[in-house]
Amino acid sequence: MELLMAIVIGILFMAAVYLILSRSLLKIILGTGLLSHGAHLLILTMGGLGGTSPPVLADGVTDYADPLPQALILTAIVISFGVTAFILVLAYRTYAEHKTDDMNLMRGDDEHD
Amino acid sequence: MTSMINLLLFPIILPFFFAIVLLFFKENIRVQRSLTVIGLLAALTSSLFLISKVKADGVQAITLGSWPAPFGISMVSDMFSALLVTTTIIITLFVVVYSFSSIGKERERFFYYPAILFMITGVNGAFTTGDIFNMFVFFEVLLIASYLLIVLGGEKRQLRESIKYILVNVISSALFVITVAYLYSVIGTLNMADISVKIAEIGQPGIITVIAVLFLIVFGVKGSLFPLYFWLPGSYAAPPIPVLALFGALLTKVGVYAIIRTYTLFFVHDIGFTHELLLVLSILTIIAGCIGALAYFDLKQIIIYNIVIAIGVILFGVSQMNESGLSGAIFYLVHDMLIKGALFLLIGIIIYVTGTSNLRKMGGLMKTHAPLGWVYLIAAFGLAGIPPLSGFVGKMLIVKGAFEAGNVVGSIIILASSLVVLLSVMRIFIYAFWGKPVELPKTDRRPYRSMMIPSVVLVVLSVLYGVGTEWLIPYMSDATDVLLQPSIYIDAVLKE
Repeated sequence: MELLMAIVIGILFMAAVYLILSRSLLKIILGTGLLSHGAHLLILTMGGLGGTSPPVLADGVTDYADPLPQALILTAIVISFGVTAFILVLAYRTYAEHKTDDMNLMRGDDEHD
Repeated sequence: MTSMINLLLFPIILPFFFAIVLLFFKENIRVQRSLTVIGLLAALTSSLFLISKVKADGVQAITLGSWPAPFGISMVSDMFSALLVTTTIIITLFVVVYSFSSIGKERERFFYYPAILFMITGVNGAFTTGDIFNMFVFFEVLLIASYLLIVLGGEKRQLRESIKYILVNVISSALFVITVAYLYSVIGTLNMADISVKIAEIGQPGIITVIAVLFLIVFGVKGSLFPLYFWLPGSYAAPPIPVLALFGALLTKVGVYAIIRTYTLFFVHDIGFTHELLLVLSILTIIAGCIGALAYFDLKQIIIYNIVIAIGVILFGVSQMNESGLSGAIFYLVHDMLIKGALFLLIGIIIYVTGTSNLRKMGGLMKTHAPLGWVYLIAAFGLAGIPPLSGFVGKMLIVKGAFEAGNVVGSIIILASSLVVLLSVMRIFIYAFWGKPVELPKTDRRPYRSMMIPSVVLVVLSVLYGVGTEWLIPYMSDATDVLLQPSIYIDAVLKE
């Protein structure tokens, strides 16, 4: 199971890197989304996949799943959700101002905006 | 739990509380300004109390949510973090007062002050937290507030640079999560004191060194370490000067703090590779910064590249891992926060007066704005570390530590970089204040005066920081002790 997850995470990272290296702003944003999905899955896997065992630690219970990774992922998901929403709005405003979503055309320097 | 132990939460919660209240008074600039100052003064008071408490009783720790220490989220305040928290609040206070006359009513009406307070919440939280995942959360708090600050105003250039700034930070945040996940899979804990104990138990095998390098990449992006500083000059130049001052004085320093914390608390058992890497990267950072600082004729770029140089100097001190090197790094870190804040405020005034940030279009300001010239000169000497000003002691200790550790070449590069720093800031002085006066755009004299007050006081503070070194030494040595002996930190957190 861990191996399968590792492959899935690897594919997610691969796709994310490919998208982030493209020129189109929208593709880059999709790439960051995939990147954070990969990172979240990684936390889940790194905590050890406990199968169907319950996340409790009490006297007499020996077979339990680690509840911490879920809590971490929940936090990370909320943050990446907020940031993605913000960046989408920003991308739209940038597109409206610059009339392009091509990162190559968004260079500019101090003299020329 | 007595109520006194909660003291270390006040510098985090007070700005947060005031920020929330301010969200309800969007249009009322007078309320925005006064509540921000009141909130920061309250936070400053609590952080000064915190310093005296840490000085008297040692490291303060609290574990939240009534879970015992390795399981709940710990907040830890040692002298190092308490000093940084206090410096952060002081700088923010001056920048806020400076903003009154420079940021413009448009931005003041659009959540400018709440964003600053939220950012301070994140910065102080990152300095105080004792839990590595919680540090990620506080990083996000300060980053999201900084996203708002960098884009606020919505100028064409700001939008363009914000996109780059946010993308770099989103990717480095994802790397942060990935690194924490790896660390968790090896160590099985997130509490920083507990991580230190567990790494000591397994004796830092190779996988921990890999994680150490990953942390260096993550925090290196935030702290602008070579070769990860590429995003900084463009992004920092986009927002208005008060925002630039906050970013330059505080945000990169959070990354530096995180490197110092992890490299003195976690990865101390096999420093052959990790700290050597830090040493090499910090020297390259200094060289890259020096090239940038001399290459530009733009005021903002020159000082921004000086941030990069300072990051290199501080981390060079840390990589020595001896008493002189580390205490020099702490001295220099606080100095650099104060002096960079002051310098950005001062060049903001120069830009306001001349209407340009291009050195070639300036000249002869000494005839019309002599006080500005003299104050700038003092700040410039302070940055270069001319004794008895504030940069001197830190740099001297760092070089001393490097000689003790046998890094002669590195020490020489540090000393040579001081000359480059001096040259780069003197170029501003010579181009802007000497020479033939150029015709200045008509500007109001009142904002000039009210911008001068916080800038001058901040410069005076930095001078006092240099002159009062003798008085600060007990505090600095407390801060250094915790970095040199992780057991002090660990005992304070896990003993409760």
